[in-house]
Amino acid sequence: MRMMAIVRRVFKQMLRDKRTLALMFLAPLLIMTLMYFLFQNNTTQLASLGVHHVDQSVVNVIDTKNVTIHHYDSSQARKMIKQHDLDGYLTQKNGQLTITYSNSNPTNTSLIKASLQSGLVKLKMKTLVTVTKKQRAALESQQAALKKLTAAQTQATVTKLKTAIAQAQARGDQATAEKLQKQLKQATATTSSSTQSAKATSYTTKSHYIYGSSDSTFFESFLPAFLGFFVFFFVFLISGVSLLNERTTGTLSRLLATPIRRSEIIMGYLIGYGGFAIIQTVLTVVFTITVFKIHLVGSIWLVFLTNLLLALVALTLGIFISTFANSEFQMIQFIPLIVVPQIFFAGLVPVDGMASWLQAIAHIMPLYYGANALTAVVTKGAGLGDIGVNLLILVGFMVVLTMLNIVGMKRYRKV
Amino acid sequence: MATDYVIAKQVSKHFGHQQVLNQIDLTLPAGMIYGLIGPSGAGKTTLIKSILGMEAVDSGTVKVMDTVMPNRAVMAQVGYMAQSDALYETLTARENLTLFGQLMSVPKIKLAQMIDYAAGLVDLTSQLDKRVSGYSGGMKRRLSLAIALIQDPQLLILDEPTVGIDPELRQQIWTELNKLKDTGKSMLVTTHVMDEAERCDYLMLIRHGIALAEGTPAALKQQYAVDTIEQVFLKAGRMQDANDGNR
Ligand SMILES: Nc1ncnc2c1ncn2[C@@H]1O[C@H](COP(=O)(O)OP(=O)(O)OP(=O)(O)O)[C@@H](O)[C@H]1O
Ligand SMILES: [Mg+2]
Repeated sequence: MRMMAIVRRVFKQMLRDKRTLALMFLAPLLIMTLMYFLFQNNTTQLASLGVHHVDQSVVNVIDTKNVTIHHYDSSQARKMIKQHDLDGYLTQKNGQLTITYSNSNPTNTSLIKASLQSGLVKLKMKTLVTVTKKQRAALESQQAALKKLTAAQTQATVTKLKTAIAQAQARGDQATAEKLQKQLKQATATTSSSTQSAKATSYTTKSHYIYGSSDSTFFESFLPAFLGFFVFFFVFLISGVSLLNERTTGTLSRLLATPIRRSEIIMGYLIGYGGFAIIQTVLTVVFTITVFKIHLVGSIWLVFLTNLLLALVALTLGIFISTFANSEFQMIQFIPLIVVPQIFFAGLVPVDGMASWLQAIAHIMPLYYGANALTAVVTKGAGLGDIGVNLLILVGFMVVLTMLNIVGMKRYRKV
Repeated sequence: MATDYVIAKQVSKHFGHQQVLNQIDLTLPAGMIYGLIGPSGAGKTTLIKSILGMEAVDSGTVKVMDTVMPNRAVMAQVGYMAQSDALYETLTARENLTLFGQLMSVPKIKLAQMIDYAAGLVDLTSQLDKRVSGYSGGMKRRLSLAIALIQDPQLLILDEPTVGIDPELRQQIWTELNKLKDTGKSMLVTTHVMDEAERCDYLMLIRHGIALAEGTPAALKQQYAVDTIEQVFLKAGRMQDANDGNR
């Protein structure tokens, strides 16, 4: 079969080209690793904060994970910051806290700001908790007194009723005895219910995270989009350049001097490079999940499927664009035009918040659909039904571009 | 009457304002080596591509194997060697031959045998498993010729097949081409080498897209009253320029 001959050739050529293979398979892992460390919560950064005459309770609650605290004797913030090269200086007059930032390093400024703020909130909570505790203690003692009272009362009623019943039975007055028996039951029932309500007073709060966890990072939330982007970028580049090579070395027109169909060449390319795209996807996804312990909520198969479709779109787009390039250099020139803008519409910036004309642009970008689907699967566990529309649109892109490519090859052979 | 493998009638073609082919008629019967000669840029390659259906013609018709071109299926019966080598450099010669053999629908069981045959013809048998990127210019040319022969076609269209090939091997190749001719195959060959032109059964001299002269080498020499094809070439050219000047 002619198409399979093309597929085999693509595979052989790729396997011989170790550099390209390495680029395709290792570069995404390398970049992912870099990004992982770059976007990790930065715990090593330390801001220095000078304090003067501040209540110990306040100093105690300032988070010292990112802020080191130094005590000084002067209230002159400016002078002390300059003298000791501090990032901030905190002073207190009665209930009023005053903070002065050096602000030579905005990151450190925000570190102090955050620590101080969370510290103050913590402090407020603490006071609130102590107040509540006191109130509860008071309430509980009241309740206990009340309970004792009710119990005593019930006891009295019960004994009273019991003697009444005995008297009534002795008298042979059955009706009255039954009525009293009912009252007795009611009296005992109230006691038990009052003990129940006394129990349910302590509340606990437990937090649940629907998406991600409390330590979700930037890396994790944008990982799906980048997964899609890498596949898109490398497949676009490699397929585009290789078809361009076929064109410039004359092998394409030589191929078309055989009885092969134009569609068989394109399909051979799709299958051949699609195969490598699958390997790349599997490698990258498995690597990020196992090494970085990324939590994948949805199905890994849907991730593979979406990435494969993205790769096929990139493949057909690369082949299509390559017809407008006359050299590899010109092919590279299309990357900032065609590929890079797509990353902006892949979820890094929320598309909903964009100007309407930008939103329109987003909707002609394959990566917008692919990254949306990937993000939905990875972080929200979306199923095939949820991302079906996105996948169909990707298929649409692929079909249209494939048609264009097949027609475009008429330049080299009229049939 | 023997069948005609190629019948081109009144083929015209232009690129931009340039008339590259001007009402060319060409008939190639079975069992003939047909030579196309003419200066660089005369339109030889364009004529060949028009015959193969790879170039759209403005007017005129081309039939190959009794089929109106362009036609995809007929390609399997034509062995084509392009003017510039179009080979997959990262693959070995054998892999190149295998690929084109598969594309030309050579049966699987015959493929190995055909590869040996084609490689033997161009003396590449010992180099078959070397990557093409390590080939010399002449070796690449020979591999291109072997690819054209891979499906043992009835019609060979060879665009300057012997460029960069040493004299000894060139002799050998022409001997083989003559053997193929004797089995009823036909060849359409372009060349700039005049002693090769002398070996053709029939010649067409193209200049500025016009078929200036055609006939057997002997008839042409007689017609122009010269001793060699080279002199025919030069004399016909001068006469064309003189005619253009008179107009
Ligand atoms: N794709 C093209 N676009 C524009 N002009 C072309 C194209 N291909 C060929 N030509 C022009 O057509 C003319 C004939 O070219 P062609 O390649 O047929 O010449 P040739 O006879 O094969 O020459 P050579 O012996 O050097 O191979 C040339 O003047 C060339 O500039
Ligand atoms: Mg030529």
